[in-house]
Amino acid sequence: MSVRAESLQLRASVYREIRGYLDSQGFCEVSTPVRVRIPALEDTIDAIPAGSWWLRTSPELHMKRLIQAGAERIYQLGPCFRAGEHGRRHRSEFCMLEFYEGNADYRDILRRTQGLFRHVSRALAVTEAAFWGSEWEVLTVEEAFRRYTHISAVQAVEQGDFDYLLVDRIERHLGVGRPTVLIDYPTKLAALARRSPQNPEVAERWELYANGLELANAYSELVDAGEQRARFEESASTRAHAGHEVYPLDEAFLGALEAGMPPTGGIAIGVDRLIMAMGKTDNIADTLAFPRE
Amino acid sequence: MYNSSDLRKGLKVEIDGQPWQIVEFDFCKPGKGLALYRTKLKNMITGNTMERTFRPNDRHAKPQLEERDQTYLYSTGEEYVFSDNSTFEETYISGDLLGDQVHFLVENAACKILYYNDLPLEVTLPIFIDKTIQYTEPGAKGDTATNTLKPAALDSGYEVQVPLWINEGDVIKIDTRTGEYSERVRKG
Repeated sequence: MSVRAESLQLRASVYREIRGYLDSQGFCEVSTPVRVRIPALEDTIDAIPAGSWWLRTSPELHMKRLIQAGAERIYQLGPCFRAGEHGRRHRSEFCMLEFYEGNADYRDILRRTQGLFRHVSRALAVTEAAFWGSEWEVLTVEEAFRRYTHISAVQAVEQGDFDYLLVDRIERHLGVGRPTVLIDYPTKLAALARRSPQNPEVAERWELYANGLELANAYSELVDAGEQRARFEESASTRAHAGHEVYPLDEAFLGALEAGMPPTGGIAIGVDRLIMAMGKTDNIADTLAFPRE
Repeated sequence: MYNSSDLRKGLKVEIDGQPWQIVEFDFCKPGKGLALYRTKLKNMITGNTMERTFRPNDRHAKPQLEERDQTYLYSTGEEYVFSDNSTFEETYISGDLLGDQVHFLVENAACKILYYNDLPLEVTLPIFIDKTIQYTEPGAKGDTATNTLKPAALDSGYEVQVPLWINEGDVIKIDTRTGEYSERVRKG
């Protein structure tokens, strides 16, 4: 079997095992629009236009509306699109797995994610099974900055150096020998996560790393309509300031939050990167059927 | 000056007063974060490498690099002498800088030398040069298979793999980029 055929088979198996596991845990697979009227408003994520609409950058807002409408556990596996992202770990079109769970928070999502990764790695009998089955390192963002840089995470955010230090100094130390969960981000980087009720300085957000590769981003979702509106407006002004297109506020989503939404946990997992981690390659091209298109 | 969006593999930039060439380049963007550019750079003078991450708004100086047409004249034994085609100024290049290229120097070869602020960094030889085979085991008569190779020595002692039907005294063409046999020019 050629290398390409092996990678096609690996992808098919990963999809199958993801679905098998989440189905067994009572999650319902859903399909939400790929072409959307309003892309999610985030500081640095740009959508690709599709006619007068846009290709989704993530199914997040639609999926949260389903949770608000009464769905308890849902997942979606499918393509997402982000303008201008291309590299050894990036493609403008990529495969995302997102799942959301009502009456749950980011710690519940962590347990689910551990279960999912253990299941997939065992089912595929990859040698990384031991890696995924080991105890995951849970490292706060604050501790990571203290360990690997000269300044605190909060200072790094204030100086505009957070991403730079993360990429240049920290990421290579994450997920070495066992998966690392980088957890509790400074509130300025909360994106769509809620503030921690125990510590208002941080947001309930974590990211998963394996061998320095970022695989997933999870939140205790922000369900407060007022705060969500304020964050969208802040992002709009950040985008305008940086000269990026400013998308309108998603009033359908904000309306859903206003109507009342249960506490919710959710996660987005880059499936191409999961396949990279399972297939032992550091180039996303090796996971794709048509890497140059 | 270059912008970060100009960065790519092969580009030459000046950092802290030294010329560097980008040998590895990757776009990278942490979750919800800013685009960054991860690079591995090679110092064009020392050959040392380092890793650097650049921000989107960084600016990068262009090193003062100039390529001049030169003609190879002769070797002093330790150094190799080239003459500038327009100024006739002579440049002495060390064997270390030339590496394996010393084996492919022929008198009056048209070369190019890359300078960084008057410091020679690299010599580019003509792509093909002709060399005479000094020694090789005779090939079997009638053996014209071209996919079997045997070693052959040039006058400089350099060993090149040639087809079996090449003999001592034959003049062959060598590709100076790879150091490999290309074709026979004439029989010896």
